[in-house]
Amino acid sequence: MKPGEVAIISELVDDHLSIKLMEMGCLPGATVRFNFCAPFGDPVCISVSGYELSLRLEEASAISILN
Amino acid sequence: MSNQKKLKVALVGNPNSGKSSLFNCLTGLNQKTGNFPGVTVEKRIGFSRMPDKSMAEILDLPGIYSLYPRSLDEQIVSEILLHHKTPECPDVVVVIVDVANLRRSLLLVTQIIDLGLPTILAINMMDFLPKTGLSYNLIELSSQLGIPVVPVNARSGMGVEKLKNVLMEHSDLPSKIIFNVFDEAKPGVEELREQLDVDNDYEAYQFLQQPNSLSFLTPEERGRIDQIKESHKFFPGKFHGAETVQRYGFIQELMDKITLEQDDPLIESKSTKLDKVLTHPVFGYTIFFAVLFLIFQSIFAWATTPMDLIDTLFANLSNYLKEVLPPGPLSNMIAEGVIPGIGGIVIFIPQIAILFAFISMLEESGYMARVVFLMDKIMRKFGLNGKSVVPLISGFACAIPAIMATRTIDNWKERTITILVTPLMSCSARLPVFTILIALIVPDKMVLGFFNLQGLVLMGLYMLGFLAALLSALVITHLIKVKERSYLIMELPTYRWPKWSNVGLTIVDKTKSFVFEAGKVILAVAVVLWVLASYGPGDKVERAREFVLIESSNEVLTEQALENRIASYKLEHSYAGIIGKSLEPVIRPLGYDWKIGIALVTSFAAREVFVGTMATIYSIGSVEDQTTIKSKMRSEINPETGGPRYTPAVGLSLLVFYTFAMQCMSTLAVVYRETKGWKWPIIQLSYMTVLAYISALFVFQIFS
Repeated sequence: MKPGEVAIISELVDDHLSIKLMEMGCLPGATVRFNFCAPFGDPVCISVSGYELSLRLEEASAISILN
Repeated sequence: MSNQKKLKVALVGNPNSGKSSLFNCLTGLNQKTGNFPGVTVEKRIGFSRMPDKSMAEILDLPGIYSLYPRSLDEQIVSEILLHHKTPECPDVVVVIVDVANLRRSLLLVTQIIDLGLPTILAINMMDFLPKTGLSYNLIELSSQLGIPVVPVNARSGMGVEKLKNVLMEHSDLPSKIIFNVFDEAKPGVEELREQLDVDNDYEAYQFLQQPNSLSFLTPEERGRIDQIKESHKFFPGKFHGAETVQRYGFIQELMDKITLEQDDPLIESKSTKLDKVLTHPVFGYTIFFAVLFLIFQSIFAWATTPMDLIDTLFANLSNYLKEVLPPGPLSNMIAEGVIPGIGGIVIFIPQIAILFAFISMLEESGYMARVVFLMDKIMRKFGLNGKSVVPLISGFACAIPAIMATRTIDNWKERTITILVTPLMSCSARLPVFTILIALIVPDKMVLGFFNLQGLVLMGLYMLGFLAALLSALVITHLIKVKERSYLIMELPTYRWPKWSNVGLTIVDKTKSFVFEAGKVILAVAVVLWVLASYGPGDKVERAREFVLIESSNEVLTEQALENRIASYKLEHSYAGIIGKSLEPVIRPLGYDWKIGIALVTSFAAREVFVGTMATIYSIGSVEDQTTIKSKMRSEINPETGGPRYTPAVGLSLLVFYTFAMQCMSTLAVVYRETKGWKWPIIQLSYMTVLAYISALFVFQIFS
């Protein structure tokens, strides 16, 4: 995804992180937007469930999206 | 009032939901901080006057997103809310949610409802609604959840009286159960309820889910829980995921019913626009370092006047008491030991207040989260976490709250490393030592037109401590071998203006805890030191005059010179002098004499005692001369060279020593509590002392 792009979450692929991500509002079916990334490309900032969340790239990769 | 049972209210909510603001609104200055028994999570309790004039006890719990804890802070919340059979259990739980994050917050709300305690939902920031175009039917929300819903504005205080009224009347249990324990889990839950006499299904279900994070369970109860888990095939992970999905299903339906007007969730917010600048590769870091520089310059510029004032005040008070009180050992102790000791505590208040004003503004405005966001990648390289930045920066004020702040780091290894290196950050207790030494050896002049040279040296020392912290972290990372996954999943709160009363309360809180906690140690050490410096073995101190007269019988001395000589003779033969002298061989390579030796020993209790020691040593050294410590140190002569004792080389060596040395008993005590053992405090003390000694040696040998 590029900054500014919007997508729908299809599933969460990391068992360990998926519950934590769900508790933070990253649910399958939710709309997510990639806002921007930090100066060194990591972590990234996304909008989900009406607020802004920062994640490391590794964690963000646990969120799969529908194309 | 005391015989009447106080209403106990627990305040729960997501981080950044306005929980602290609501707490401050309810309690004002009527609050105190302590620790939860057995652990070091900060416990904030306040008292609030209810409409019927009775007092309610408000407990501010750490911010959480879910009842399933991931850190010690979060664990406390589960423990308090799940332990129903204790007098500590709250009578009412108030869950506060930020209306802009209603959907996400409802997860926690539904979990708490299911615990079976009287619950009230407070919806915060109602004035935010018209702007986003979002609007909810709160009556419907209340009936769907089965609990009262009160709109409040925690910033303006609107709705808080209404909340108090509801609190007074409300003792009903929630009328609904949102999540029914899965059929597969039912038999286990029922058996547990029977065996341990637990009130409701979800509470029992939580016992099965997370027995290890509930410290109130006895080993025997834990054993039974394990048996039940075993015999009924209870899989915590599987149930937990399914439960979250089911709750969100309920929340989705609920949101559909209560949403009157929907906003476009993806409108680019003001915060996002601001973030384009504040997290920009160039501007982001420039602004961040500008903010840090502003903080140091203000501490140096604004704190000087009140500090000089306090300095003069206590010096005058000490003189005044010396004249007024009848002569005797007790009067001497008060005038020369206790009063300067108290002065040595009070003098920090301006610096601590200014620093915490800045830190609390950064936190309140939401900028602190961006600092973490900016620094995460860099900090990770050093084995730290983006979250380590907050403790490290707080370490500039005091390592004690900073080390306590590491509790927000979930990863054990990153947390331990942060704890180990945080005391290298130059805390406010070093500031008086730095200030005095810099004033002695660095000329007060401007460079490049507007930089104060003294300010630059001070900033350099702070940078030195910071770099040492990072490099030590890098080394320690390779020494500790643990495979634990580290993550950073953090909300970036919307930018907003800090609420000034919150900033004010933080300042009061931090100052109070410094004066009453660190202050005790400082005062005690000041008095003990005065005794050590005033008394000695044998009769050499008492009969100092005779000895000096005999020694100097061939010389002609002025009255003043004689007095000075007697005083210095006394100190040299006191207990303190003996300790300092025995240290001299060890510290001579660093350029220090036995007087500095005494100060090094006493300031082991707390660094700032260095200044107190200097005050005591020199005020005893020349009783008649009441100039300030600074000019006394400046006029101190090194008998070997005939030049001043505090040459730039000695001064720099001392500055470097104080930057690195672990001279703070209170910090060691906190590390002991946080790491639950003596292993880490001892490692920390050793590596920092070695680092300090070698660096100071190096600096002195280069510059002299």
